[in-house]
Amino acid sequence: MTELHAAAVRVNGHDCRVWSKGQGAPVGYLAGLAGLPKWPAFADALALERTVIAPSIPGFPGADGHKALDTTLDWIVAMRELLNGADLEGPPLIGVSIGATLAAEVAAMWPHKVEKLVLVAPFGIYDANEPTANPWAQQGQEFAPLFCNDTAAYGDFLRRPNDADPVEWPIVMNRAREASARMMWPLGDTGIVKRLHRILCPTLLIWGADDRVVPKSYARKFADRIAGPTEILEIPNAGHLVDIDQPAALAEAVLKFLK
Amino acid sequence: MPEDFREKHPSVWVDVHSSLFDPKRAHAMYNDFMDELEFAADCGFDGICVNEHHSNGYGLMPSPNLIASSLARRTQDTALCVMGNSLALYNPPTRVAEEFAMIDCISGGRLIAGFPVGSPMDTCYAYSQNPSMLRERYLEAHDLVIKAWTEKDTFAFNGRFNQQRYVNIWPRPVQDDPHPPVWIPGGGSVETWHWCAEMDYVYCYLSYYGYKAGMATMKGFWEEMQRLGKDANPYRAGFLQFVGVAETEEEAYKLYKEPAEYFYGRCLHIDPRFATPPGYTTEATMRAGIEGQVSRAARESKQALASVDKKAREFDAILENGYVIIGTPDQVAEKLREVATELNVGQLMLLLQFGNMSRDTAMYNTKLYAEQVMPQIKDLWEDKWENKWWPKPMAAKDRAVPLARNLQAAE
Repeated sequence: MTELHAAAVRVNGHDCRVWSKGQGAPVGYLAGLAGLPKWPAFADALALERTVIAPSIPGFPGADGHKALDTTLDWIVAMRELLNGADLEGPPLIGVSIGATLAAEVAAMWPHKVEKLVLVAPFGIYDANEPTANPWAQQGQEFAPLFCNDTAAYGDFLRRPNDADPVEWPIVMNRAREASARMMWPLGDTGIVKRLHRILCPTLLIWGADDRVVPKSYARKFADRIAGPTEILEIPNAGHLVDIDQPAALAEAVLKFLK
Repeated sequence: MPEDFREKHPSVWVDVHSSLFDPKRAHAMYNDFMDELEFAADCGFDGICVNEHHSNGYGLMPSPNLIASSLARRTQDTALCVMGNSLALYNPPTRVAEEFAMIDCISGGRLIAGFPVGSPMDTCYAYSQNPSMLRERYLEAHDLVIKAWTEKDTFAFNGRFNQQRYVNIWPRPVQDDPHPPVWIPGGGSVETWHWCAEMDYVYCYLSYYGYKAGMATMKGFWEEMQRLGKDANPYRAGFLQFVGVAETEEEAYKLYKEPAEYFYGRCLHIDPRFATPPGYTTEATMRAGIEGQVSRAARESKQALASVDKKAREFDAILENGYVIIGTPDQVAEKLREVATELNVGQLMLLLQFGNMSRDTAMYNTKLYAEQVMPQIKDLWEDKWENKWWPKPMAAKDRAVPLARNLQAAE
């Protein structure tokens, strides 16, 4: 499967796109704040050795249905249904940012259904002494430099694909912002600290060395609570969205961890 | 706010610094506000309005109900327009049903119940409400409040966001046929128009940017009403306008220049970071491409900051753009007749105090307006349309008269 394959899973009566590509054993990929406006370089690098399955979370590009979800439990159950439909009941999961938060929640709720876990700078814990930045209180031009080092790559990633409707595209991207806000607003403690001890699988925590959104010290806050064996890895010259800033280095670290 | 507020502070709203707040000054200001509103009632205004803002340097009314309850005692026949309570911020929302019912009872049935969704700054940032759920919560809270006012028996409310096993509010509003008039302030969202039409409520376009900017919104509103088969009764619509009246044009320019520049220059300095929480603006409104006043305020705030060297001409630009209408009583009356006619507005809401305007000037403005402008426009719609959205108080003879107390004599 060297071409990008698209399928759909119904969650709460809404279609959620499932993209997959690559060869080898499957691995799930849950993207960060903007979801997947297009297939990213990181997933391509990963697909050289693994079959990458990327389900779109409700509300993010390719998926609707965030308005049906009111509570953290609603989101977790929706994720379970999405992952089941995408044949990701068991394979390793990689999550970035908000995708990492949901991957961790799923692994805590169903500890025997995730083989391995890679969490790239998840939200979910709030430390008043070292607060996370607020992605929803930024002006347009401030957002990219706050979130990544390679703002040009991020711009390319977010740019409207040629086949997308020019009127609908900004609405689709805004919907992704709304969905993440619906899940996390006002970005305090989500209660995940009470559940992390249920994660039993080997877990790799990855942080961009230049993360200006979730402080690097948060890696330890997650790792200390997870019951399974944990590793913390810092990737140089990367901000919060490590998959945008260092796709090759991230893919290499993930593949090594999954072996 | 200091002269260099714009340069030194990022926002008048949400994170405005507490060092700028002086409680002793606020003591004087609250009393000025209430003096001005009571004075307007004495001058013969049909109604007086208060509104709700949080963490805001120019609007010191987190609880308009407190002010309205005082006004209920200190006025006799004037409608009390609480514009209003942002329903999603009250937990449980029956608190609003109770407090509004109290104001209606104390005032003998003079309440206009305003239910704003609330600005992004107030709701999503100062009060941390989830922007993606705000409207759903608001609509559910509305249903609960209306049912709490109208249902005779104790009932259980099993909502998506609010669940109350025993709803039975005491007191109930004096206006019980079926409940106090409901006015909805909106910023131009199409859903709000549809909803006002469906519920038969007054839609109020409360913009700080005057009649010229309001034209597109009100035109859109009336086209939508026509499409929905609603009549063009102008009392369906409220519109806010800044006004400054004086004996002569020169006097008006002199009197209102500084307060207007203070308001548009210093007060309306909102950090754009707080203007567009994701989900606050609905997708339908985004598609309709109607710009809400908040993003506009934020944008203009930045633009004004960039063009700070043009400050000396700011008032001229404010007048040119129609944000503020000034002039002699005849000039203002002519303009307001034109505005009310063109926008087809029956509920004209005036800001006669703005910025750093002194109490004396505000009272001068209020008196001159009441005596010389109001009579010229009061009849505009009266013979053609019925104002179905006005309070129906108890008969004057049945209403309590607060005992007069001479506080000085009591000392």
